[in-house]
Amino acid sequence: MPAVSKGDGMRGLAVFISDIRNCKSKEAEIKRINKELANIRSKFKGDRALDGYSKKKYVCKLLFIFLLGHDIDFGHMEAVNLLSSNRYTEKQIGYLFISVLVNSNSELIRLINNAIKNDLASRNPTFMGLALHCIANVGSREMAEAFAGEIPRILVAGDTMDSVKQSAALCLLRLYRTSPDLVPMGDWTSRVVHLLNDQHLGVVTAATSLITTLAQKNPEEFKTSVSLAVSRLSRIVTSASTDLQDYTYYFVPAPWLSVKLLRLLQCYPPPDPAVRGRLTECLEAILNKAQEPPKSKKVQHSNAKNAVLFEAISLVIHHDSEPNLLVRACNQLGQFLQHRETNLRYLALESMCTLASSEFSHEAVKTHIETVINALKTERDVSVRQRAVDLLYAMCDRSNAQQIVAEMLSYLETADYSIREEIVLKVAILAEKYAVDYTWYVDTILNLIRIAGDYVSEEVWYRVIQIVINRDDVQGYAAKTVFEALQASACHENLVKVGGYILGEFGNLIAGDPRSSPLTQFHLLHSKFHLCSVPTRALLLSTYIKFVNLFPEVKGTIQDVLRSDSQLKNADVELQQRAVEYLRLSTVASTDILATVLEEMPPFPERESSILAKLKKKKGPSTVTDLEEAKRERSADVNGGPEPAPASTSAVSTPSPSADLLGLGAAPPVPAGPPPSSGGLLVDVFSDSPSAAAPLAPGSEDNFARFVCKNNGVLFENQLLQIGLKSEFRQNLGRMFIFYGNKTSTQFLNFTPTLICSDDLQANILGPTKPVDPAVDGGAQVQQAVNIECVSDFTEAPVLNIQFRYGGTFQNVSVKLPITLNKFFQPTEMASQDFFQRWKQLSNPQQEVQSIFKAKHPMDTEVTKAKIIGFGSALLEEVDPNPANFVGAGIIHTRTAQIGCLLRLEPNLQAQMYRLTLRTSRETVSQRLCELLSEQF
Amino acid sequence: MIKFFLMVNKQGQTRLSKYYEHVEINKRTLLETEVIKSCLSRSSEQCSFIEYKDFKLIYRQYAALFIVVGVNDTENEMAIYEFIHNFVEVLDDYFSRVTIHNSKEQFKPPSAKLSEGGTNEQHRVGKAQVLPSSVHTCCV
Repeated sequence: MPAVSKGDGMRGLAVFISDIRNCKSKEAEIKRINKELANIRSKFKGDRALDGYSKKKYVCKLLFIFLLGHDIDFGHMEAVNLLSSNRYTEKQIGYLFISVLVNSNSELIRLINNAIKNDLASRNPTFMGLALHCIANVGSREMAEAFAGEIPRILVAGDTMDSVKQSAALCLLRLYRTSPDLVPMGDWTSRVVHLLNDQHLGVVTAATSLITTLAQKNPEEFKTSVSLAVSRLSRIVTSASTDLQDYTYYFVPAPWLSVKLLRLLQCYPPPDPAVRGRLTECLEAILNKAQEPPKSKKVQHSNAKNAVLFEAISLVIHHDSEPNLLVRACNQLGQFLQHRETNLRYLALESMCTLASSEFSHEAVKTHIETVINALKTERDVSVRQRAVDLLYAMCDRSNAQQIVAEMLSYLETADYSIREEIVLKVAILAEKYAVDYTWYVDTILNLIRIAGDYVSEEVWYRVIQIVINRDDVQGYAAKTVFEALQASACHENLVKVGGYILGEFGNLIAGDPRSSPLTQFHLLHSKFHLCSVPTRALLLSTYIKFVNLFPEVKGTIQDVLRSDSQLKNADVELQQRAVEYLRLSTVASTDILATVLEEMPPFPERESSILAKLKKKKGPSTVTDLEEAKRERSADVNGGPEPAPASTSAVSTPSPSADLLGLGAAPPVPAGPPPSSGGLLVDVFSDSPSAAAPLAPGSEDNFARFVCKNNGVLFENQLLQIGLKSEFRQNLGRMFIFYGNKTSTQFLNFTPTLICSDDLQANILGPTKPVDPAVDGGAQVQQAVNIECVSDFTEAPVLNIQFRYGGTFQNVSVKLPITLNKFFQPTEMASQDFFQRWKQLSNPQQEVQSIFKAKHPMDTEVTKAKIIGFGSALLEEVDPNPANFVGAGIIHTRTAQIGCLLRLEPNLQAQMYRLTLRTSRETVSQRLCELLSEQF
Repeated sequence: MIKFFLMVNKQGQTRLSKYYEHVEINKRTLLETEVIKSCLSRSSEQCSFIEYKDFKLIYRQYAALFIVVGVNDTENEMAIYEFIHNFVEVLDDYFSRVTIHNSKEQFKPPSAKLSEGGTNEQHRVGKAQVLPSSVHTCCV
């Protein structure tokens, strides 16, 4: 094949380039270029037809000029002419020009496509290669439209040369990435899978890339690739170091291909036992090789070997089912932690982080704690230290929390600014999650604020207050500690906030000690007042009015402060208003009223830690969430500790109605939030907005999921209110009775439940509701009926919002009402033959939705059966050839249509995974049912 | 998956860039400036992987030349790191000595190795097998 041969060089071009090089100034260069452009133009326009060589030469010059940054507005036609040349070098320059300079809406595109078509059909491997490269390089939608059908054919044709197959696979991959909808799956897919067996490793490599990408979207279509990939991998791993000739890289056989095969296997759950045994052997062999003495001292050898090793470890972690391999992987990474190569230390920390979330290897990871802590202290590279922090966070559990938190705190003092905020969040989360002793928690957070106050976000100090309020055993200690911390001459504003809030609530607990008498407490706080920002001052003013209630003896002092001009005539309207109102309140209200207004804060409802939510947001939803979720499961398993707050993301930091008043954003604890029961003045200030529906109640999402497979039960319960449901559905109609129980002895006033449906939903389900009596007596239960009709399929669920007044406080509760599509299921019994016949009829790719997921509950056959029946479909026995699988059938009734649904659930006990496949005649229905059902196991 | 491939000199000028995901031309300049800045500022003691926005940068330095590859977070860092070296070895074989110079040969580096955002192993010796193809050279 003609590559760069000296004889073929274009002298004219070389001269032109060296002329440009020798230009002393920009002007000279432009002059030279303009001269050349004029020359080329005249040649192209000339009467004499140019030969291929000249055309090539001039097109090349144009290309060079373009790459220098000048516009080229002619020569395209000549370049397109070059495409039909039979000389390689001319064709090549033509394609090069096209790839670089022609955009997709050019009018020449038809001519170009025609030339490409001819080359693809030419059976000349070089020309086919050029054409494929051009398609891939341009990679536009138009290219995909023109050639996406043709390339699979070339790829799987028996007589296609290896080099062309390679290009075709990569070209198809490129088109699939830009326009997946234009690359239809079809018969060719099964033949592509067999390319994994090809003799030519280049073809295998290209095919593996293609299959991996396709398999991510269409796992079912490509599942046969698993066994082929394993056997190919096994052949590579066991080959002698020189067997693969050109594909051996510094004595490592086909490292990049191995990595790709291992990646492909990560698209699937662990394979069947037979294949699995072979795969395990491969993985063991890779781990063994890491221990063998290197075959070469060259760093390339070990790098390539380690690349394969890291990918193998990822696969082991992905399968998460072979304890032996997981522990070996962990030990191997442990060795790398002390390797002199920074890259290896970095990667080892990174991989170990995912290993820590597997229950099999968590303990093994923990043994490396000292090394990791050491890395945190001595590592010179901030990105490596960052990984060490991540790993410490991941390996933390009850047994080592105190040590890890202490190390992180001490690292924080010297940590790089870029990662401080994240460390602060992590420390705060760990301290809360593993706090056995809440005094330790309070100490840790106050330390955190002292060391890195600027990086302590609002969420962190809100959370301390929530916890202190909710736990009476720690309140006295917290008050004492913040009081001591505030003694420091310079303390961070966040500390003042925490201090102000806690002393305002619990200052009385330490007032007995003469060193922290009420007046001392007040003076201490007030000494910080002038250094603080407006929101903090506002908070402190609330603290002062609370002091008036707690300590009548300081009332005079506080009134003086409130009365001073700097407060009453403050330029900030919020501060001024507070000063005026609090001063008035302290003068007019009797002690009883004061005590009611300024009663201790009620406990906060449990909700997802706002800090955790923040960390998730910071890190992006994908990575950390998974890790967190995994950790959450593990922390329940390993420690048997209390389950952290439910993960319903909708429940993130519920702002209370009057939060805006304080200008604190979505601040859950409202420092000045006395219930607006009395004190005429205050009622106006705290007038809440009953029109705003509360965000979903915590745990609502969980309850919602429980109701997918059942119709009756308790939907929601808190200290005041219980909501029960009883519902029945027939065909496309349903009726739901909602019972509201008042759990208190006081009457609820203005009791108004409302059903909130999005417009979309409103059109699909109809639910007229009768209003209920606005007064609900203490201990009484009222009932409300909702009629539902399913007009067409829907995905959302309506939200039930309940607003009422209880003892003068406004209450607002929102829960998701479990009206789901599967409620309109009618079971259908059918025989095995019928089932599979229908199954085949629904083989259109849009009709099938599949999901592979990990079991969340123990995999019990009877429970699973009950759930499928509860879901609404018929459970068909003896239909699936594999008795362990479950199949079901039913019809979804809507007003306008009846949609037949078939489902199949395949449990994999060993991997604790399920695969759920749904085929229905409507895509949206398949999708929704799959979502609903996959949450159940 | 590889998102882009850059060759940059020590002065921070892009010598070669190839994108495997569509990025607008004006955004490319911005991206390249930032990417280069973060690579140039690192010392030899630091590791060769940088987290940058939602992807990872993997870089290697050859004398005055930096090769930077941007990948998504599922990519195997070590494999890409060594792939860069393999790429340089192939260039070396092909052109006898890799320098970034202003010649017509610049038009024809073997980009088949890098095809479509994935590493594609190639014969290291059989240079005739390397299909010359277009790598978009930036202005030199």
